[in-house]
Amino acid sequence: MNNKDLLNLIDITVSFEGFLALNKLNLNLKKGELRAVIGPNGAGKTTFLDVITGKVKPTKGEVIFKGKSLVGRKEHKIARLGVGRKFQSPRIFENLTVKENLEISVSTPKSPLNLINKSIKDEQLYEIERLMKIVNLAQKVHSKAGSLSHGQKQWLEIAMLVGQKPDLMLVDEPVAGLTDEETDLTADLLKSLSGENTVVVIDHDMEFIRRLDSNVSVLNQGTVLCEGTMETIQKDQKVIDVYLGRPED
Amino acid sequence: MSLSKFKFNKRIKLSFWIILIALIIAAPTLLPVFRLNLLGRYLSLSIVALGVDLIWGYTGLLSLGQGIFFALGGYCAAMYLQITSSSEFPNNIPEFFALYGVEKLPFFWEPFKSPIFTFFAIWIIPALVAGLIGFLVFRNRIKGVYFSILTQASLLVFFNFFNGQQKLINGTNGLKTDVTQLFGQMVGSESMQRIFFWITAILVIAAWFFAKWVVRGRFGNILIGIRDDEPRVRFTGYNPVIFKTIVFSIAGGLAGISGALYTIQSGIVSPQFMTVPFSIEMVIWVAVGGRGTLLGAILGAVFINYAKSLVSEALPASWMFIQGGLFILVVTALPEGVLGWIQGDGPRNLLQRFGLKRKIETYPSLEVNNKEGDNE
Repeated sequence: MNNKDLLNLIDITVSFEGFLALNKLNLNLKKGELRAVIGPNGAGKTTFLDVITGKVKPTKGEVIFKGKSLVGRKEHKIARLGVGRKFQSPRIFENLTVKENLEISVSTPKSPLNLINKSIKDEQLYEIERLMKIVNLAQKVHSKAGSLSHGQKQWLEIAMLVGQKPDLMLVDEPVAGLTDEETDLTADLLKSLSGENTVVVIDHDMEFIRRLDSNVSVLNQGTVLCEGTMETIQKDQKVIDVYLGRPED
Repeated sequence: MSLSKFKFNKRIKLSFWIILIALIIAAPTLLPVFRLNLLGRYLSLSIVALGVDLIWGYTGLLSLGQGIFFALGGYCAAMYLQITSSSEFPNNIPEFFALYGVEKLPFFWEPFKSPIFTFFAIWIIPALVAGLIGFLVFRNRIKGVYFSILTQASLLVFFNFFNGQQKLINGTNGLKTDVTQLFGQMVGSESMQRIFFWITAILVIAAWFFAKWVVRGRFGNILIGIRDDEPRVRFTGYNPVIFKTIVFSIAGGLAGISGALYTIQSGIVSPQFMTVPFSIEMVIWVAVGGRGTLLGAILGAVFINYAKSLVSEALPASWMFIQGGLFILVVTALPEGVLGWIQGDGPRNLLQRFGLKRKIETYPSLEVNNKEGDNE
């Protein structure tokens, strides 16, 4: 652990009635880093995000974010500290318009009093316009989010994530169900976000991970199997055995 | 939308308000006292329905215990009226106390000697009780059907408590208000009832605007967000517990006002206000009128209750079947309620079915989106 680290996961163990979803997992993230996390089904990828965002309390271990422990904090408090999350399937508010969805994400402070008697600040409106342009939704401002296509929903959720201005972005399978072109655009978008933001991307899609051109952590059975660039990972015999597939695949 | 159409809409709105206000002013001369009084009562019920729409239609909290807050408001109003009209009774305390040999006014009646305290108590006490119950329940993340069961259980607790306290609040007999005095006039008199009708009509409109103010903009969008995907709201940095507590408390306050207005117009408040079927009926008014529309809650409360009294006069005992049938119809055929159906594609689909209107060529959402695109 050193001061440049944004996030440290130390010996995280999560036990669901005896089943170890995470087993002494250690992971460190530097500020501005883009990190891909891969692993076979049931490796604990989503539980790993649940632990950071406060949805699941680890049985043992410590989560340090910006020098503060996140363990035991409520989800909304963790979010306010600067941890943003995009879910596996797009989780947007389908009955609200694109703009209203983004308003929810960019509004600060997030207190009821502020929301009920003040109108949204100008700079937040500009931010919404900027975000809609980035994800190509400017034409859809007043459309119900539920009427968007699957790819547009994924992008709206990414825009909502960015609008929250988190220091750490956790992105769970952002390209599931996207076309190749959309996948490429998403990879570029995520790459452009890192540097200023720290981004963790979880995905199965190897082509997409390769495009991210980042360090990769491989999870297996609740623990980090191996870390490194795509090339080193692909040569690692343990990784080949559990994840990348045996030669006959 | 073109400018002329906008002006046209504005004119419709204006004429709507002029007709509505004219009707409210004229109602006491148009309707016989008996009908006017019924209308006044049903209008007051529409205020509790507005609260139900806020918590259920917008926030997704199906409360089956709004009768608690409704009755609390009613009791606050009735206690004040009883105590100010008790000068000729023994010990200068309300008459019923003598029946149980109570000679000293219970302590919690004392503040109700003050009209100002009562004015605030009618809505603040139910709002505080709702806020407290709500906070404890929401903090423990109890939701969905468990929340409904819990509110109904609380209702039964309150019902049994009020039912058993003869020496404090006259138990199951309740507190009568129609023979009490207010500003030197009998509360049950025709002139007073006419004034109560106007006050009720004004308060319904005020409550409607207040509810619209609550759900407009970002606060209302968070409520909808909590209804549709609460964890997402949490992970975006909002604390749903606070939002839910606030809106539940608002609904409680509205229920209190509603209960007070209902009490002074029906002449009595009793634990009957806290029976299980009555609180469920409140939900049915909103479901039939249209969840998440506010206006639907008002119309649902007024029309269903009016229908109830008309049907009960003509065919006694058949109302329960009709009400049950209405609820089944709404759940199966009109899940958005009558107003939701009208505001949605309902009428167009119906006309199309009978070949009276041309079918749209693509998906409705596409055509709607195109229209919006043209405007920008």
